Amino acid sequence: MAEKKLRQIAIYGKGGIGKSTTTQNTVAGLASLGKKVLIIGCDPKADSTRLILHAKAQATVMDKVRELGTVEDLELDDVLKQGYGDVMCVESGGPEPGVGCAGRGVITAINFLEEEGAYTPDLDFVFYDVLGDVVCGGFAMPIRENKAQEIYIVVSGEMMAMYAANNIAKGIVKYASSGSVRLAGLICNSRNTDREADLIEALAAKLGTQMIHFVPRDNQVQRAELRRMTVIEYSPEHKQAAEYRTLAQKIQDNKMFVIPTPLEMEELEDLLMEFGIMEAEDESVVGVAENA
Amino acid sequence: MSELKKPVPGVTKEDTAKMVEETLSIYTDKAKKKRAPHMSANDPEDAGCAIRSNRKTVPGVMSARGCAYAGAKGVVWGPIRDMVHISHGPVGCGFYSWGTRRNLTSGTVGVDNFSGMMFTSDFQERDIVYGGDKKLAKICDEAHELFPLAKGISILSECPVGLIGDDINASAKQAAEKLDMPVVPCNCEGFRGVSQSLGHHISNDTIRDYIIGTREYEEPVGPYDIALIGDYNIGGDIWAAVKVLEEIGLNVKAQWTGDGQIEHIAATHKVKLNLIHCYRSMNYMCKVMEEKYGIPWLEFNFFGPSKIKESLRAIGECFDDKIKANVEKVIAKYDAQMQAIIDEYRPRLEGKKVMVFVGGLRPRHTIGAYEDLGMEVVAAGYEFAHTDDYDRTYPEMAKGTLVFDDASEIELEKWVEHMKPDLVASGIKEKYVFQKSGIPFRQMHSWDYSGPYHAYEGFAIFARDIDMAINSPTWGLVKSPF
Repeated sequence: MAEKKLRQIAIYGKGGIGKSTTTQNTVAGLASLGKKVLIIGCDPKADSTRLILHAKAQATVMDKVRELGTVEDLELDDVLKQGYGDVMCVESGGPEPGVGCAGRGVITAINFLEEEGAYTPDLDFVFYDVLGDVVCGGFAMPIRENKAQEIYIVVSGEMMAMYAANNIAKGIVKYASSGSVRLAGLICNSRNTDREADLIEALAAKLGTQMIHFVPRDNQVQRAELRRMTVIEYSPEHKQAAEYRTLAQKIQDNKMFVIPTPLEMEELEDLLMEFGIMEAEDESVVGVAENA
Repeated sequence: MSELKKPVPGVTKEDTAKMVEETLSIYTDKAKKKRAPHMSANDPEDAGCAIRSNRKTVPGVMSARGCAYAGAKGVVWGPIRDMVHISHGPVGCGFYSWGTRRNLTSGTVGVDNFSGMMFTSDFQERDIVYGGDKKLAKICDEAHELFPLAKGISILSECPVGLIGDDINASAKQAAEKLDMPVVPCNCEGFRGVSQSLGHHISNDTIRDYIIGTREYEEPVGPYDIALIGDYNIGGDIWAAVKVLEEIGLNVKAQWTGDGQIEHIAATHKVKLNLIHCYRSMNYMCKVMEEKYGIPWLEFNFFGPSKIKESLRAIGECFDDKIKANVEKVIAKYDAQMQAIIDEYRPRLEGKKVMVFVGGLRPRHTIGAYEDLGMEVVAAGYEFAHTDDYDRTYPEMAKGTLVFDDASEIELEKWVEHMKPDLVASGIKEKYVFQKSGIPFRQMHSWDYSGPYHAYEGFAIFARDIDMAINSPTWGLVKSPF
């Protein structure tokens, strides 16, 4: 029997773009394909597993550490929970805004999981859902050696989301050059902007990668979220559920892994102008007061 | 060790228990609750007297403990003489631990011996903000260029490196490939764990992951090849120990890590037996080598002639008749010398009481040496030991003596006040407190700049030093106001 090869996947993207929602819905899709998955939330907000556990907030690793005083006293059972589709869930947790070091929280939590054997041989996938702004080395912990090998960036056709995606690609280059992590694709979480799919496909091409799937905007996602469920669990026959199953299948079958080629600012702005997202700059008006 | 120790006159379980209660009464309720399980009147036959250990230090007390960086850089990696050890982070940790431990080394400083030098990445604000990888890469390049005889580099992370999330493992891998030598990343930030202890464990893991099994000895493997694990050559300890082991016919192929050489350490998977002195700091690798390479390991004790004799015979049992015969010869050879020392010093030390508070091994390991001189250990405690260390301690102490963990300085003062030992044996932070109280004191981390204390050579020096401390006529000439 062939040895199961564990695929570790990190999900990055601008804050609020829909990483946690997309991750959980896609993981539900993988679960429905019979895959065994572990989700590791890497965000002090600790909202990466709500839809799988139907819970308001899971007890996080760093919560427990704060309670017990030291990570050495923590047990895996305290923080590793099973949810819909037998998906295993764990949250790093971390400090509240403006305090402490969330990055270190991610490092400590992931080290703990490694040492305590959370990565069991029966797993097919591990998903790291990483908070939006990769502001320090700690948030790159999931893409260090022996962890995530593939990264998907969740993006939309909005300017800031694309800037963020490009920035994240720059961060990936550093780790991809010294290790084996690769960019596996962009996931477009549609905001119904103009020519969105074309724009993201163009961005993907410039980055050297692919738009692996275009997830249409549909309020069914919100209806399911209100009930703290994924769409696949809430309404498996709905067309949005099929979208996530398709995305799951595409990730499962994906073979395109690249070291990205991030864009220069000018290049990115040219792209945005080409698609009419940005107005072309009129140099003649720069510095000229209104009533001159 | 099956017989129980004779009780010490004047030291009873009830009295010690009462002393413990009185000591705890000085604390707030919260602190009392935390400290109470860490001290007890000893009773090897009563499991209820076992104490708790390896916990967070109680906030607000004066502890003697250090941090994980100390356990990694200070204890395990620092003594390896042919590697460059980089204290990675701001300059303080490296600077204030420079030359503070008496792990002696041989060779020429700056040429083939770098243990006594201090290497730091001197983190500045910009390194915190932008990360220190590039600087670290440059340091590795420069170390390699400046010290061509260095056989490897270790990177010991200080606290800030762990906070900014620098990936020193990746940096080490790149440097190792570029420089074609071992570059070992040790994630030993001071905030990890509760004491030096986790630093030992992390260091052992790095030896497992980066060093062991990567070299071979030049000479073919012999039946008497052994490694000496957990001796850091304080004041020359390991040199004294190796002499004896070679006298009984064994070949010490690697020293972990006193006066250590990294390539010998890397080839240790080839030896026939691992002898471990400091169990606390290195039991981890002994277990790894047993599991991975099938190498048996034996705890031994070279403090004092009784323990040396016992250990040599136990070691002899691991080998053939030739070695066993050598063991008896060596024991006989030194018997007269040891007896002469005892005859000289014991009459002046008979019945003297000592309180011992050291790190992770010596509180129990030195009991035999004190007893060879007729002394009684009335209290023994550790800074950072674990349950398995305490389990090995209870049977070595008489019923009613005090066993304690991670003592605070006020606790030590109270116990000395009550038990009135003739000698306090601890560290530099305790030395002047007790000397100023008019109580003889010997440092048992640094050997008070003396040593060695291991093996036959060491017992002569130990006996002289203990006698010198307790029987110095100066004590009679001063009256302490404290």
